[in-house]
Amino acid sequence: MPTTYLEAIRQGIWEEMERDPNVFLLGEDIGAYGGAFKITAGMLERFGERRVVDTPLAEAGIAGAAIGASMFGLRPVAEMQFSDFITCAFDQIVNFAAKCRYRWNAPVPIVIRSPSGGGNRGGPFHSQNPEAWFTHVPGLKVVTPATAYDAKGLIKSAIRDNDPVLFFEHKGLYRRVKEDLPPEEYTVPIGQARVFREGRDLSIITYGAMVYTAKEAAATLEAEGISAEIVDLRTLLPLDEETILASVRKTTRALVLHEDTLTGGFGGEIAARITESAFDCLDAPVVRIAAADTPVPFSAPLEDAFLPNADKVMRKARWLCAY
Amino acid sequence: MAATELLALPGASRMLEESPDPNAELAQRFHYYMFLMREVEERIEKKLYRQGKIVGGVYVGRGQEAISTGAAMAADPEDILFPCHRDMAAYFIRGVHPRQVFAQYMGRVGGLTGGRDGNMHMGDLRLKIVAIISAIGAAIPVAAGAAFAQKYQGSSNVTLCFFGDGATSRGDWHEGVNFAAVERLPLVLICNNNQYAYSTPVEKQMACANVADRGPAYGIPAEIVDGNDPFAVYAATQKAAAHARAGLGPYLLECKTFRMTGHAAHDSASYVPQHLFAEWGARDPILRMERLMVEKGWKTREDIDAACLRIRQEVDEAIQWAEQSPFPDPATLLDNVYE
Repeated sequence: MPTTYLEAIRQGIWEEMERDPNVFLLGEDIGAYGGAFKITAGMLERFGERRVVDTPLAEAGIAGAAIGASMFGLRPVAEMQFSDFITCAFDQIVNFAAKCRYRWNAPVPIVIRSPSGGGNRGGPFHSQNPEAWFTHVPGLKVVTPATAYDAKGLIKSAIRDNDPVLFFEHKGLYRRVKEDLPPEEYTVPIGQARVFREGRDLSIITYGAMVYTAKEAAATLEAEGISAEIVDLRTLLPLDEETILASVRKTTRALVLHEDTLTGGFGGEIAARITESAFDCLDAPVVRIAAADTPVPFSAPLEDAFLPNADKVMRKARWLCAY
Repeated sequence: MAATELLALPGASRMLEESPDPNAELAQRFHYYMFLMREVEERIEKKLYRQGKIVGGVYVGRGQEAISTGAAMAADPEDILFPCHRDMAAYFIRGVHPRQVFAQYMGRVGGLTGGRDGNMHMGDLRLKIVAIISAIGAAIPVAAGAAFAQKYQGSSNVTLCFFGDGATSRGDWHEGVNFAAVERLPLVLICNNNQYAYSTPVEKQMACANVADRGPAYGIPAEIVDGNDPFAVYAATQKAAAHARAGLGPYLLECKTFRMTGHAAHDSASYVPQHLFAEWGARDPILRMERLMVEKGWKTREDIDAACLRIRQEVDEAIQWAEQSPFPDPATLLDNVYE
């Protein structure tokens, strides 16, 4: 039976909880309620209150407690109920967790899970993609799985990692993405992109839910004779520049796509790296598609206009190939 | 002025006169660490900083030495410490050598952060000392997390977290205290209320009269302690730690003291009414301790002078060592961002 993206994350956490008694969970409404999205459903019953901790409603407190516990032998997996609330924990993540190893050789092996992304009419405070605030912070790892396979393998790697990992899981994929997962145990390494779809004419560099937007666009483009390669970054920090550059050198055109807003988004970094390192291979400018530079609007026509979609990707792809 | 008068702080514990015979050896150790901290900080602030050998911020705890001394000496060696920037004695008591502190201030390899960070931003996990970040209040939820780990592991140890009055205005201070209270974590919260956060007096920091008043709001016991008396701080910390070790949750100690300097070496503290320095100077914890030692017949003035001389020599050697320690190699810039 296929496993959903949501269930894949749940399985990954569950397996790590079974494997390592130092792994514990903390967050708002994760115990008796099983989490706002039910990622932690059943875990209180299986692992008890000692290891599944319902916290007060205080994100800085949650992140801080995770940091302190991780310095003394534990492996906390903290949940931000919505990634929009991660701002409340910004100082803890950016100034405390990210800098301890560099400053005084103190590892902070925490995972902070952040359900992110729009398309669900969640409005300005339940829809954001805040990854770019954190990709600017040396010392953090930023993971953005698109598939159920990667979601499970990456959450397991994140829990085993000895550095702070921000795990942005896309809410829109929770129940929409279903895959047959291997019955045996596996992990997916942090820091490795993969070619999601092979193609010849252009590279769509993307991650998270936009992998499926790219896939939809690529299918139509194929019928038009345009062969799009899709690179799923999977991890944004540390960035797998080699896989990006190898793809762009092959296709000679690059379209960078993300659901986060455009200005200051991570796409700018990718575009810069391609331009710096593969300029001589390019047959067209590197282009970006991202959400509009506005807060995430609530009402359906506005949110639909705000978000990138397959049609916007196809138009830009055609323009690129005609350049 | 007699020791009894000096202790007449409103609400403060009065350990000196209540203890019929405070341990003479304890007094000697208190004096050693307080004087060592004072001497190291004087050299940093008044010599090395002015000579240009130390650049950046210099934050000393002059007049506040009794707090980190009394509290850290009451701690078990396996307890976790979160010292703040005016708590240098806690480092020495836990086993950090003064030469490492000088090297830290001078940005040398021999410092606890090897030049990655400066001044009192230093820690060592092997010694169970966690480094602060500049936003001091941020340490409180982290300390709660350390205490969570202790409870999770079934340890009988506790976490001691130090901070100033200013830190208690921060949201994460409250989030950390609340979480620790709800989870009944073994956390001892030690406020050194020196009455100023940079230039802001405590009455502009909070509307309640005491930091300790905040304890009951979180359902935790709180106590006001004479922060210029290491015996009082020691006894209060023992009591608070026993409470925490017994699984009864956090305990808040407000150690009343006074910052006998500006916020940092560059700050003349012109905004502080000058008579306060004279008043609190008379309550100086080191002078009080020396007077007590002589009054009780534990030491002669000559014994104390000899001990101070030995400390000064120890500090001379520590500075020489630190000045020999190399600066970090720029080629190591990118090391250790990740494992």
